[in-house]
Amino acid sequence: MNHTAAQRLPLGLRVRSALTRFAIGLYVPAILQGLAKTFQWTLRPKFTLQYPEEHHIPRKGYRGEHRLKKDEQGRPKCVACFMCQTACPAECITIVAGESPWPDREKVPVKFEIDLLKCIYCGMCEEACPCDAIELTQTYTQVSTTRQEKVYDMERLLRN
Amino acid sequence: MTWLWLLGKIGAVLGIIFVVGPGLILAERRLSAFIQGRLGPNRVGPFGVLQPVADIIKLIMKEVIVPQGTDRTLFLLGPFLVFVPPLLGWAVIPFGNQIGEEHLQVANLNIGVLFLMSVLSVGVYGITLGGWASNNKYSLLGSLRAAAQLISYELTLGLAILSVVMFAGSVDPQRIVELQARNGWNIFGGGSLWLLPSGLLGFVLLYTCALAENNRLPFDMAECEAELVGGYHTEYSSMGFGVYMFAEYVAMTLSAALVITLFLGGWHFPYLTNPDDHSVAAGVISVAVFVTKLVLLTLTYIWVRWTLPRFRYDQIMSLGWRRLLPLALGNIGAVALIGVFVQGSP
Repeated sequence: MNHTAAQRLPLGLRVRSALTRFAIGLYVPAILQGLAKTFQWTLRPKFTLQYPEEHHIPRKGYRGEHRLKKDEQGRPKCVACFMCQTACPAECITIVAGESPWPDREKVPVKFEIDLLKCIYCGMCEEACPCDAIELTQTYTQVSTTRQEKVYDMERLLRN
Repeated sequence: MTWLWLLGKIGAVLGIIFVVGPGLILAERRLSAFIQGRLGPNRVGPFGVLQPVADIIKLIMKEVIVPQGTDRTLFLLGPFLVFVPPLLGWAVIPFGNQIGEEHLQVANLNIGVLFLMSVLSVGVYGITLGGWASNNKYSLLGSLRAAAQLISYELTLGLAILSVVMFAGSVDPQRIVELQARNGWNIFGGGSLWLLPSGLLGFVLLYTCALAENNRLPFDMAECEAELVGGYHTEYSSMGFGVYMFAEYVAMTLSAALVITLFLGGWHFPYLTNPDDHSVAAGVISVAVFVTKLVLLTLTYIWVRWTLPRFRYDQIMSLGWRRLLPLALGNIGAVALIGVFVQGSP
């Protein structure tokens, strides 16, 4: 609405619109709505987890610490094919292969180390593995006092 | 005997302030948490009731840093200039019905309301001095922002108070409360149907100005703690900051007490208190009524703070000068006209 058109409006209407603008400018209805909303929120259940007692449960597919799986006979599934080490973008996996004592595979890992400080938890190793031998668990609490502790060897990974 | 009464009354007032004040700090943190879907501090003591104590211990243990190039005396004086005026103001608040011959009011001033207004104005000096003495341009700017806001809203505050003074025909807080106890609360027009709109409007005006005077959100110009450095108390550490912080809550209790005294019937609640009953039991009940009102009203301050975002600076000025001030003036005019033409009393 341009200026001249506003002047042509009847006086009563102009006064009423001015009063309305004044009332809105006092913010009162909006403030009351807001107060009602925040009051509702005080009664709702809280999002807070009381951490040391309650723990966050990660969603399915969360990528935490790694685990090396075992087969039905308790042997590591890994056949030391180096697929995960090759796929790893952070180069945190170190594998040393040795000769297999069992007839169903040629190689087994003698050494299998993951440096969790280098790992970016992308899950590429899990995707690359042809034997379904490595996977990422839901464990997200990682505490250590030295860097060396964060380099997990095969025994530690099998335990996970 | 008079001395004992005086000491007792001072003790009672200080007791109210130093229980409600830290209680408010806790309430602020927990209520804000509830409003945001959190739990808030609940570890120190049952339900976190000792959290204010822990806060204060933490602040005391910190180093007092006086920055280079500051005016040392003024810098250290600043927090106390903010802290003392609200305590002074409490002297004239009638916090209970009279027991025997004794009025439950520390200083029985017959110009109590004027005294309160002057005391409320003094708080600006502490803030300005603190900002100026810090030798920091951000503090100075923050204190100027705060001072401009406080002075703007003091005008409307005074006018809103004036409407109550016109209802009662007196500036004696005791008399104002007693009239409310006999005739009806001022928020409802002091028993007169004609004055009902004026009473409600006056209450809203005084409440709004009380928020502004305390630098509470949505009038958070003094600190802007949500997004800026911290306004006038940027350079303060340890208990200097602590005193500023606590002063804010003491000022909240004072302004709530003021609103209660002027508009919400002071220590009176229908069927619970009787202005003619001067027994000890009735006195205790009236004090309890007053404290309950105080707690509830200060809780609404916190509720409002965590509901509303901060106004922009020009919006604060526009609201204060272009909306609240005309409303307050109009309110006074209406009260005067009704007083003269309807009730026939000048």
